[in-house]
Amino acid sequence: MSDIYLDNNATTKVDPLVVNEMLPFFTEQFGNPSSIHKFADGVAKALKKARQQVQELIGAEHDSEIIFTSCGTESDSTAILSALKAQPNRKEVITTAVEHPAILSLCEHLEKDGYTIHRLPVDKRGRLNLEAYKNMLSDQVAIVSVMWANNETGTIFPVEKMAEMAHAAGVMFHTDAVQAVGKIPMNLKDTQIDMLSISGHKLHAPKGIGVLYLRRGTRYRPLLRGGHQERGRRAGTENTASIVGLGKACELALEHIEYENTQVKAMRDRLERGITEQIPHCFITGDLDNRLPNTTDIAFEYIEGEAILMLLNKAGIAASSGSACTSGSLEPSHVMRAMDIPYTAAHGTIRFSFSRYNSMSEVDEVLKVMPQIVATLRKLSPYWDGEGPVANPEQAFQPTYA
Amino acid sequence: MWDYSDKVKDHFFNPKNAGAVAGANAIGEVGSISCGDALRLTLKVNEDTEVIEDAGFQTFGCGSAIASSSVLTEIIKGMTLDDALKVTNQDIASELDGLPPEKMHCSVMGREALQAAVANYRGEEWKDDHEEGALVCKCFAIDVVMIEEMVWANKLRTVEDVTNYTKAGGGCAACHEDIEAILEKVLRERGESFDPAAESISQPVVAAPKAPLTNLQRIKRIERVLESLRPQLMADGGDVELVEVVENTAYVNMTGACSGCQMAAMTIAGIQQRLMEELGEFIKVVPASQMPKVAVAAGA
Repeated sequence: MSDIYLDNNATTKVDPLVVNEMLPFFTEQFGNPSSIHKFADGVAKALKKARQQVQELIGAEHDSEIIFTSCGTESDSTAILSALKAQPNRKEVITTAVEHPAILSLCEHLEKDGYTIHRLPVDKRGRLNLEAYKNMLSDQVAIVSVMWANNETGTIFPVEKMAEMAHAAGVMFHTDAVQAVGKIPMNLKDTQIDMLSISGHKLHAPKGIGVLYLRRGTRYRPLLRGGHQERGRRAGTENTASIVGLGKACELALEHIEYENTQVKAMRDRLERGITEQIPHCFITGDLDNRLPNTTDIAFEYIEGEAILMLLNKAGIAASSGSACTSGSLEPSHVMRAMDIPYTAAHGTIRFSFSRYNSMSEVDEVLKVMPQIVATLRKLSPYWDGEGPVANPEQAFQPTYA
Repeated sequence: MWDYSDKVKDHFFNPKNAGAVAGANAIGEVGSISCGDALRLTLKVNEDTEVIEDAGFQTFGCGSAIASSSVLTEIIKGMTLDDALKVTNQDIASELDGLPPEKMHCSVMGREALQAAVANYRGEEWKDDHEEGALVCKCFAIDVVMIEEMVWANKLRTVEDVTNYTKAGGGCAACHEDIEAILEKVLRERGESFDPAAESISQPVVAAPKAPLTNLQRIKRIERVLESLRPQLMADGGDVELVEVVENTAYVNMTGACSGCQMAAMTIAGIQQRLMEELGEFIKVVPASQMPKVAVAAGA
């Protein structure tokens, strides 16, 4: 059995059809799209086509609303900093406690510069309270930035509704949709979302390419100024091959979006059911009724995630964890903490994220090894005794914390 | 994935002495707040000789926490309690052929569990003497708590001060923004403000040498330290050669498998740390390829 890749929320393999589409743009068509000679002949046209492929996937009204960037992080930073620059009198930002670091670290940095950041909390299922959100909106807020879907749990947020609420209060709305684009259908022209971030490598395009969707008429200030590329809204010579690749990837994602929500979802559901039936003391995190079809995040109590990953890796299975130890950070994942998952479970969370390249037989393979991996580590755990957790685990084992 | 040594992997995949020892008469239970890991160490101590006859561990933690626990039990079995107490976290890490800087606290947890178990055997209460914070300097594994304390205690004012007192920031320099943020915070609390151009208050005082070393003494001592590190490097098929010493900078050639090795930078950082510890002054280790022409001329 070859290795099994279930870490598609981290990054995806570039689709071979995407690679094929890209190759001529490294060799024959290497010209600068701004040039007037045959080496650049097809390049400008190819960029236009890619722009339309992205437009179609997200249902944007105009292809000129698509701005190519270098990654999701650049799109996020551009969106938020643009809103602040364009509205210098507004010194507040609303976001959530469970955003990606691309948003959270930027917000922390803005705080140092004197901005006020409102971070919406989530409940134990990872859901937002829209009433609390409504109360935060005011004419002091420059922008709301809420992810469309959470990268760890797959929980989907009601961004369309939240964008309407923001507009009703006269506030701009941005969504980091890097996990959602290509996995769930969207039609931006029917929404009031002003800006949206896409990352190519999350949907089988290469790394190093992203998109900022910018609704026509939204007040905007570029992050990078220079040449006239992207209509002056993002200067810098275009990453032509990757743009072409991203276009193709968007076309393929649109073709497969039903497959994603039926077949891929079926694999996810089977894995989830198999694990929770076979293994005691584990539970699925996030909003179970409202999740990306490809993601499951399972907390295995009384053991630690990195240790699980190492044993999975030995069995040829790739996944990821919300444990502190995998990142070298001080705390377990901020998403788990925001949901108030106890430490002894938060450290043992494993995220399995699927793509259309996975298969049911791979699910069965994981189900074969997972119970043994968990049992092996529980045997080492001070919270575990034979067949179950020690009685009153929190009291029975009370280490002195340094 | 972390770059774990084969020894770490071996102790993780095949842990030694897992589980509680039956009839244990010394139990240590500690946790590391920095990652939520926790360890229970159980020992069977001979009451006449104070020799540790058996040791077992139960660990809630990552690969390196389990490996550190496992290797600890192997190290201390057969030792007297007094000898066991001399085991440092460095000993644990060395026995594992090193740990990534972010994971050194796993070895600290092992040593603390041992101290707690001995205290438990002797009927004493064990108290932890240090607090851990977020890792700031990854080259030398220095955390925010340590830096803040040193800034407070010694009225440090610049990044250079912090490097001289804690080593933090003395390697790749990527953490200088974080160190400045700490300085800004502490200085504000002290009612002052951070000025990046301020004169540093410090002479290198890592170990307050009685008299500064002469250059000849310094070269001799550097040679001695490199000599002691050589077996380790040669075990990996590499070697190190001292080319020149200019003031506090030692220029070295990494040879054999070390040259061109991706870990060369880490190795150099490690050598620098050892030199600073042994010489009690700030030493910068730089690949000879980066030696300025003037230094070459001076050496010629």
